[in-house]
Amino acid sequence: MSVSDLRGRFEGLFERDITLVLAVLGVIYLAYILSGVVFGYGLRGQLNSVANLTFYIGVFGMLALALNLHWGYTGLFNIGIIGFMGIGVYVTALVSKPPVAEGGAAQVGGFGLPLFIGIPAGVLVAGLFGLLVALPALRLRADYLAIVTVAFSEIIRFTMMSRTFQTYTVPDTIDLWLFTVDPTADTVGLGGGGGLILNYTDPLEALLRGLFLWEPYLAFIAFVQRNFIPNNPKPVIDGVAYGIVLLVGVGLFYLLLTRTGQSPFGRVLKAIREDEDVANALGKDTDRFKLTAFVLGAALMGLGGILWYSGRGSVTPPSFRPNITFFVWIALIIGGAGSNTGSFLGGAIFAGVLYQGPRYFKNLVEAAFELGSAPRNFGEAMAGFASLDPMPFVLYTLDSISQLRLVIMGVVLIWLMHNRPEGLLGHRKETASTVDLARPGSAESSGKPSAADGGEER
Amino acid sequence: MSISETYVRYRQTLSEEPLAIGVILVALWMAWSLASGLATGGIEISSLASLVWDGLLRGLIIGLAGIGLSMTYSILNFANFAHGDYLTSGAFAGMATSYLIAGIGENSVGALLLVGAGGSVFGGALGIGVTTSPLAVVLGALIAGVATIALALLIDRFVYRPIRDESGIALLITSIGVAFALRYLIQFVFGAGVRGTTAAGSVPRVNVPAIDGTFRVTAHDISLVVVAAGLMLGVHLLLQRTKLGKAMRAMSDNEDLARITGIPTEQVIRTTWIVGAGLTGVAGYMFILWKGTLGFNDGWLLLLLVFAAVILGGIGSIYGAIGGGIVIGLTASVSVIWIPSEFGRAAAFLVMIVILLFKPEGIFSGRTTA
Amino acid sequence: MSETNESTPATETAATDEESPPATDGDQPTGSSTETDLTKLVKDDPEAHTGDETDRYAPLEVEGLRKEFGGITAVDDVSFDVEEGTLTGLIGPNGAGKSTTFNLITGMLEPDEGTVRFNGEDITGLEPYEIANQGLARTFQIARELEEMTVLENMMLAPKGQIGESLWRSVMPFTREAVRDQETEQLERVWEVLDFFEIDHLADEYAGNLSGGQRKLLEMARALLTDPDMLLLDEPFAGVNPSLEKRLLEHIHELREQGYTFLIVEHDMDLIMNNCERVIVMHQGRILKDGTPAEIKESEEVIEAYLGGEV
Repeated sequence: MSVSDLRGRFEGLFERDITLVLAVLGVIYLAYILSGVVFGYGLRGQLNSVANLTFYIGVFGMLALALNLHWGYTGLFNIGIIGFMGIGVYVTALVSKPPVAEGGAAQVGGFGLPLFIGIPAGVLVAGLFGLLVALPALRLRADYLAIVTVAFSEIIRFTMMSRTFQTYTVPDTIDLWLFTVDPTADTVGLGGGGGLILNYTDPLEALLRGLFLWEPYLAFIAFVQRNFIPNNPKPVIDGVAYGIVLLVGVGLFYLLLTRTGQSPFGRVLKAIREDEDVANALGKDTDRFKLTAFVLGAALMGLGGILWYSGRGSVTPPSFRPNITFFVWIALIIGGAGSNTGSFLGGAIFAGVLYQGPRYFKNLVEAAFELGSAPRNFGEAMAGFASLDPMPFVLYTLDSISQLRLVIMGVVLIWLMHNRPEGLLGHRKETASTVDLARPGSAESSGKPSAADGGEER
Repeated sequence: MSISETYVRYRQTLSEEPLAIGVILVALWMAWSLASGLATGGIEISSLASLVWDGLLRGLIIGLAGIGLSMTYSILNFANFAHGDYLTSGAFAGMATSYLIAGIGENSVGALLLVGAGGSVFGGALGIGVTTSPLAVVLGALIAGVATIALALLIDRFVYRPIRDESGIALLITSIGVAFALRYLIQFVFGAGVRGTTAAGSVPRVNVPAIDGTFRVTAHDISLVVVAAGLMLGVHLLLQRTKLGKAMRAMSDNEDLARITGIPTEQVIRTTWIVGAGLTGVAGYMFILWKGTLGFNDGWLLLLLVFAAVILGGIGSIYGAIGGGIVIGLTASVSVIWIPSEFGRAAAFLVMIVILLFKPEGIFSGRTTA
Repeated sequence: MSETNESTPATETAATDEESPPATDGDQPTGSSTETDLTKLVKDDPEAHTGDETDRYAPLEVEGLRKEFGGITAVDDVSFDVEEGTLTGLIGPNGAGKSTTFNLITGMLEPDEGTVRFNGEDITGLEPYEIANQGLARTFQIARELEEMTVLENMMLAPKGQIGESLWRSVMPFTREAVRDQETEQLERVWEVLDFFEIDHLADEYAGNLSGGQRKLLEMARALLTDPDMLLLDEPFAGVNPSLEKRLLEHIHELREQGYTFLIVEHDMDLIMNNCERVIVMHQGRILKDGTPAEIKESEEVIEAYLGGEV
């Protein structure tokens, strides 16, 4: 078998989506687990590490998929992602936080409604704001839309931070024309600069209870405690379980978005991205399509935000600076705008290599070598060069790896735009149709969509 | 003109110019609210004057930075999201110089060049101020401009030139990469802390009387006005009186045509960066001098306001950038009269959004190229 | 959901009298290799337009169109009708206002004055997509292919009344079945049209990879799939080599015989003179002359304006 044959075979493998995804994920997970071994992690440590990784793969995957709908399919340049995420989580918090009595300066409560109302509420309101932004801004060209969306996300952040919306005392009874409502809530609000404590029911618990799996889950934890992790295993297991929930979430996003894309609706979206005038000349009301796509994407981003921040104990306005928006963009560019599989892969690679990766790298190096303490600032780091000693600089670099990964991200983005703007899979044909478009009755026609399990390489 | 004709005319204007109507209504409400506030003493003229002065100064900085952004937007056809970090770079370069000059001999060179990273040196202790250390300030401003020019040219050569012909969106995305890399490199070198950079207490100030009170004008305010005015005049002369300036204006209109007629476009592009980055660097330095603190995020935080100014004034219009800057600065500052102070910047953004929706070519009708 | 307008019955082709313009170079338009009768694509309505010979129906009526761009009057008091089943040419030198007129008719620009009526309805100032949905299709001067989409996707985009264009219907399990069925039906028509234009071998190519001539064919094929009553072709022969030109003309004539109405903007005088029953000459935003090719050739005003008839 010649080399080209082998290569052909090898590349053939990668034509199936699922292979590619599993391969990439496999490599990333393996790298992390191996690192864990080097660090001397026990089971607990490894599980934590994997859970953390899965969390970020999950959230970045979901957000990149949502952004792909906006940018990859419809050509809408949205850099207000974090705004929609924030709206999602703040509304959910507002609706589902337990009520709190007045008093307590920084304490703000919610309406105490269960999460299965709170989360949809957050998603709905995020979608509504998507409508609000899109209605006037639809006709803007891409770079103006970019500026409007980032201004929007900043306005949202100011609102979160403001004293005006910080607290509001809910009246004890509200007269709603036909009936009166006695809300149990006392003080609600956005919490101002201090943010909100997300003390509503843990979503994982809520989900498991809803599926009647709570008791079995606790039993499973007890089992693990007896045999593997004697010391408080619940947080670790919770982390892993939540990671799995997020991956399921990604799967659902993927299903929804591929269905959306592989359809006449998706076809019109692609056409709008390519040349809106042509779509119009063919009789499509492009405004309606753009609006629908934007609202759907915004709602999904809201859900992404809810799932992201519910893993934390609280949210504060500084978390909603535009940086995260740009992270999602980088993830999308890496994976390839226009391809749904690419979006997920981009999210996974970004999470594993660029987001979490550098810190792991640093820990690896520190575990492998005996290093001294790092210099406190750049000056001291450079001082070493005077005596031709690079170590202080190296140590300083390692110590600042968290900042440097942002520099690396920037460089990666520049490199991609120069050399491979279509990312990993952006060139793929993901045919926008519900049916196979081969000539009917011909040998290749199977009646099933050709891109369900893997597009064709161009 | 008969009555019915007038009526028709009015109705036409109403439906065709919703922006104008909206602006007039809002302006009327604001004027009434202000007037009643002043009349009842709820708003003091002196505090109003203070806000206006503050807004004006802020606006000058935004306008100065906006000229550079407007030029690159129209001549290079993309929205440069790294522009804020050019501001920061200028500020750091300039301040490092000022620190060095002011503190040499008594402090370690390293600590000075890092602008007192980690609290090693304090600007106040060094006595940085336009009156207390004029040489340091002047040289600082100069180096700020020069360093930013060098940086911009370097970045253009390696990042933007290879993809010169790509779409505006591709360049925009690339500039986001540049912004990240630059900002966090600055943080890597200079540290994350915010440091006080001037001897704030010893800056001479004057209390200007304003009917019912006074408002403060400091020497740094004045120096800002002087520098800004001077630079703007310089740019004006460059664009109107020199051949290069004419070429720049031509290129901003239509690059292909300019190329055909033999205007050396790479040279024009280089000049654009030089003028734009130079102005931006100095603006960054003056900004820091004026507000007295320095952090690696400062330029980025200003970026959206600068975009607002440029869009308001019309992309490609230098005078528009200045005018737009002043309007945005005043909006951000004076809006506290009508709305809670934390929404000052939000008000400025809203103004920009409204302009984009109704009159994207801007108030001073710059050309929208790209 | 499809509300295509009533079609043109094939019987009303007016071109069969006095001056029947020969097809190019005396060739009989035998049609393309397939025998596709595209009237199948067009809904039949026996009630429509059964006027007699003297009362020829004009689906497109343009009256008093005027458009100014900051002081320059690009289109000035332009009025004309286009009769059903005819090939009408709109010619004039650069800057005469032809493309602007086109854009005014198809809704891409809004006229300052004047009206456009199509099939009896006033379509002045409507959005382009609304006008397209009334049955007035257009092609673009520089073939605007959706480059990152395949030829098939380009074609499948065109038909009207696709229920799958509603997000809900495409996504929900039961309704998606109905979408699939409709798409399968549509696919057959798409392949028929691809065959008619002889570009079926390019079906899976990205439209961006097509040659200029192939793009023109795709453009026309796509416009046809919108089930139009009338097609506005904007310089369809620009930059096209003679053999492709011949092919295109054959297609157009065959379509005309099936009942479609064409309004063609062109530079190439010979082409228009040899193929169109009626020619409208524009000059500096105004209509210079409107008549048969013979009348145009003899018109002094036209000759003067053109100094020899060459553009």
